[in-house]
Amino acid sequence: MSSELQKGNTSPSLQKTSFKEPNKFLKFLNSKKVVPYIFVFPFIISFLVLTLYPAVRGIMMSFQSILPGQVKFIGLDNYSRVFNANFYKALSNTTIYVILTVLILTILPMVLAILLDSKYVKFKTFFRASLFIPALTSTIVGGMIFRLMFSGTESSVANQIVSFLGMEAVDWRYQAWSAMFLMVVLASWRWIGVNLLYFLAQLQNIPSELYEAADIDGASKLQKMRYVTIPHLKPIIIFVSTITIINGFRMFEESFVFWETSSPGNIGLTVVGYIYQQGIGQNDMGFGSAIGVVLMLIIFVISIIYLIATGTFKRGDE
Amino acid sequence: MNKNRDLTLKWVANISFVIIAFIVLFPIIGLLVSSFRPSSDLMRDGISLSIDFSKLNLDNYLYIFNEASQYWSWYGNSLMISALTIVLSLFFSSMVGYALAMYDFKGRNLFFVSVLLILMVPFEILMLPLYQLMVGAHLIDSYFAVILPLIVAPVAVFFFRQFALGLPKELMDAARIDGSTEYGIFFKIMLPLMGPSLAAMAILQGLASWNNFLWPLLVLRSNSMFTLPIGLATLLTPYGNNYDILIAGSVLTIIPIIILFIFFQRYFVAGLTSGGVKG
Repeated sequence: MSSELQKGNTSPSLQKTSFKEPNKFLKFLNSKKVVPYIFVFPFIISFLVLTLYPAVRGIMMSFQSILPGQVKFIGLDNYSRVFNANFYKALSNTTIYVILTVLILTILPMVLAILLDSKYVKFKTFFRASLFIPALTSTIVGGMIFRLMFSGTESSVANQIVSFLGMEAVDWRYQAWSAMFLMVVLASWRWIGVNLLYFLAQLQNIPSELYEAADIDGASKLQKMRYVTIPHLKPIIIFVSTITIINGFRMFEESFVFWETSSPGNIGLTVVGYIYQQGIGQNDMGFGSAIGVVLMLIIFVISIIYLIATGTFKRGDE
Repeated sequence: MNKNRDLTLKWVANISFVIIAFIVLFPIIGLLVSSFRPSSDLMRDGISLSIDFSKLNLDNYLYIFNEASQYWSWYGNSLMISALTIVLSLFFSSMVGYALAMYDFKGRNLFFVSVLLILMVPFEILMLPLYQLMVGAHLIDSYFAVILPLIVAPVAVFFFRQFALGLPKELMDAARIDGSTEYGIFFKIMLPLMGPSLAAMAILQGLASWNNFLWPLLVLRSNSMFTLPIGLATLLTPYGNNYDILIAGSVLTIIPIIILFIFFQRYFVAGLTSGGVKG
């Protein structure tokens, strides 16, 4: 009896206390002041641990010599070593690659998009989808296919075409010009469909009244292109080419898939490949980081120059 | 006259597109056809136009299904890592993007600028320190090490924020009056409304992780932990005699993606064109 009474007495008060505390806490957790921070919390952690820390650490490492259990600051020694023949080779390969991919991956998708958007082409969806499919493959699988298509034997597709044109078979992976050709073709093949979609989306945003007005003014097709289409595509041209420049300087896989980490005479060496070779392969983390910092500065400076030259920072640009 | 010219233009444009589509699709078709050729022929010819059709057979596929158990462990790893990446990155990135769009709070602009900042810092600069961090934390050769840098994806955060900006804020107030908590509003009301953007980002993150190469190459060591791209890349050695696994394995790597693409084209396009990310 008494125990039951006790139960009856204690349980409400127990409930009271056990509910009151969490309630306050829950209310605190649910207040509009706290909620956004809880939502953003994963980002704060990941920004600090996975971006800010490694960025600072990377810059620090570039001034250090890092041996197991023996880390010391060596000032600018790593940087003075960066500017050597191998780095220049990597940088010139990367720069040529960037120039070629920017030209191809901006102009070609733009022309194709304009054609595809015209009334002349049927089966638009099919063509768009076909050009997009390479973007679904990884660089490794795509590169493997191109390695087999451009293998040095006379019976590979590429050499069959070359000999059909009356030229001698090429050992594609072992000559400087064809090495660059392979990397550029692989990248262009994989990205053309994606860039095409950017241009198509923008073309469909151009108000048709503009073309009608141009028609009334008696504009020719070329004039309409020059004064209506191209100006409207300008933001996309800048966007696509900027992204291609940045991705080009970050290129690694397109080279790795053809030559792994070392190519004959460094014909396939890229800046990121050089970071990998020195930082991971040779375990010279300090030197690798210094190359990384130089690369970051190059990307940064070139992007800024490019964006200023194209007038992106100007307000009220047409 | 004009009609005639239009007709010619039509023919020229359509025929050139047929040719372009053929050139672009040729590598895929070549891979598919070659995967039925004997691997010794492949080693001799590469992908070739002169194919002995009487010699086409299923041997490469029979071999990969019956004897190449390492290939299937790579496949399993890739599936597992992609699935985990999709689930975790969608969960966290949508939360962050939603909060940045829907709440007014101190530091919001700072957070948003940081998102854009991460988008601009190339991963290649961070990878050596991150690699050291993984070595220090004894995470090398684990799924966790591969997934970690992808969990809060700045592209996805940005994309979700843009999408959430278009959602009706009145719904939130109505739900509050009905006694719903802020978390309930997000998970039960707003998240379902973000469906299309979730699908697009699921595909972007899944594809990025399925095809990811440089980072897994750094942190994965043992063959049994390799993902498909890393595993296939090990078969590319000049001395290897693995053309059967290499070529049939490549087909089995991309065909599921192409089938998914045919069914969910809209979301693939939205995802892959969301930020020009490198993949």
